[in-house]
Amino acid sequence: MGTPILQVENLSFQYDKRTAHTLSNVSFTAQQGEWLGIVGNNGSGKSTLAKLLVGLLQPEEGQIHINGMKVNQENIWKVRSKIGLVFQNPDNQFIGTTVEDDVAFGLENLNMPYEDMKARVDEALSLVGMTDFRYYDPSNLSGGQKQRVAIAGILALKPSILILDEAFVMLDPKSRRELLATLKKLKQDENITIISITHDMNEAVDADRIIVLKAGKIVNSGTPSEVFHEEQELEPPFAEQLRRLLQERNAKVPPEFMTEQELVRWLCK
Amino acid sequence: MNKLILGRYFPGESVLHYMDPRAKLLAGFIFIFIVFLASNWQTLALLTSFTFFVMCLSGVSFKVYLRGVRPLIWLILFTVFLQVLFRSGGTVYFDWGPITISHNGIINGVYIFFRFVLIIFFTTVITLTTKPIELTDGIYFLLSPLEKLKVPVDEIALMLSISLRFIPNLLDETQKVMDAQRARGTEFGEGSLLKQMKTLVPIFLPLYESSLNRAEDMANVMEVRGYQSGLTRSNFRRLTWHTKDTLALVTMALLTLGLLLLQ
Repeated sequence: MGTPILQVENLSFQYDKRTAHTLSNVSFTAQQGEWLGIVGNNGSGKSTLAKLLVGLLQPEEGQIHINGMKVNQENIWKVRSKIGLVFQNPDNQFIGTTVEDDVAFGLENLNMPYEDMKARVDEALSLVGMTDFRYYDPSNLSGGQKQRVAIAGILALKPSILILDEAFVMLDPKSRRELLATLKKLKQDENITIISITHDMNEAVDADRIIVLKAGKIVNSGTPSEVFHEEQELEPPFAEQLRRLLQERNAKVPPEFMTEQELVRWLCK
Repeated sequence: MNKLILGRYFPGESVLHYMDPRAKLLAGFIFIFIVFLASNWQTLALLTSFTFFVMCLSGVSFKVYLRGVRPLIWLILFTVFLQVLFRSGGTVYFDWGPITISHNGIINGVYIFFRFVLIIFFTTVITLTTKPIELTDGIYFLLSPLEKLKVPVDEIALMLSISLRFIPNLLDETQKVMDAQRARGTEFGEGSLLKQMKTLVPIFLPLYESSLNRAEDMANVMEVRGYQSGLTRSNFRRLTWHTKDTLALVTMALLTLGLLLLQ
């Protein structure tokens, strides 16, 4: 493995000196093209971490390096061209009046000439499968479609890291599946690093590696199978829940974590 | 909300819908000025027939235009009565202290009534056939000379377009909050005026709060996507000037000339 694209060292943060640290001494790395899941319950400091990564908040201690660049006041704009953040509420992050306007927003900020913008917008929209909707306005789109447009707006800037902060929460199951499929395709075809922050373990199960945050500290990390095997406190993904229930009833299920497909295969044996 | 026609867009396929917003805005400004040239029967007839011609071009039914005048009718009538009551000259029909109803007063009242209605009709044609965002782009272009005077035209245009973008969301939210309050037993539009006003407080407070949250979210999104105020931004939406736009302005010039000749 080469140098990590994202390097977080001893990161600490607190909103108010009188209260406990929201994040304390958090360190982790992410490789180019990796899908990293960051899971934790409400108040574990997940969203604070996302805001620190894109420089919306400044760390109290520790540092973040993206692509070898330190995130600080001087090169924050350079860093932001490498990293994109998709927020929870699909409505609040739709800035343009139509789909293509919204995708172009980030490019307009770079003062890019029209022809280049058009090419980038076309490319980004086709990556997320929203080309047919380019003239639509947000009120005619579903939540999942809006999130895909938000992702296209970030992809148009050609970032190396895409952070999703609870981006699935407000979506219905169908939109959720579509968005997941889009992300998988992006990771495969564009080799984009995806950092998915969530409290829903069914989403985290698709990650290559999972980091578990609890009260601002990393309490566990590893592959989904390792983490869900060890962590009995977190509400596990559906397949793991089923496996545990079967185990309780003395069915002869394999003792380790299984993905949904593995479990289906085992059940149909 | 449905009553307010002024400032609403009616989707359609007419020539006017496909005109450049800059041309429409310019034509609107010219119209507001030349309305004051209408000071006799001939000029008034010319302007009125021109306005009706443009209204027919828009392909929107006359009922819609009449609904546009309705909210302003009291203001118009008030101005007309002021003219009628206080303007002197010509044959006097009625005289009581400062109040005089004279021939000139009545004639002037009629002119003012027509001017008002024509301006409303004409500007309604523009807003009915132009998407709000296109209007913003047009305003941005027309204001851009002010950039030399350090007026932040770019920011103003962006603010306008973002506000326009969020109007439907705010309306949705208002509806939701109202439904939520109704479910708790609030009755809107009943009781004394004071009581009615009081029922609005629990609507506005949640709306205000959620707007602030929304604004903060938006600011974060804009910052993450590289927005810095004061930097030069390029523009993805483009306006294209066609022959018909030039023709429209030429028509306006001819109209002005005609009015000057008939005066």
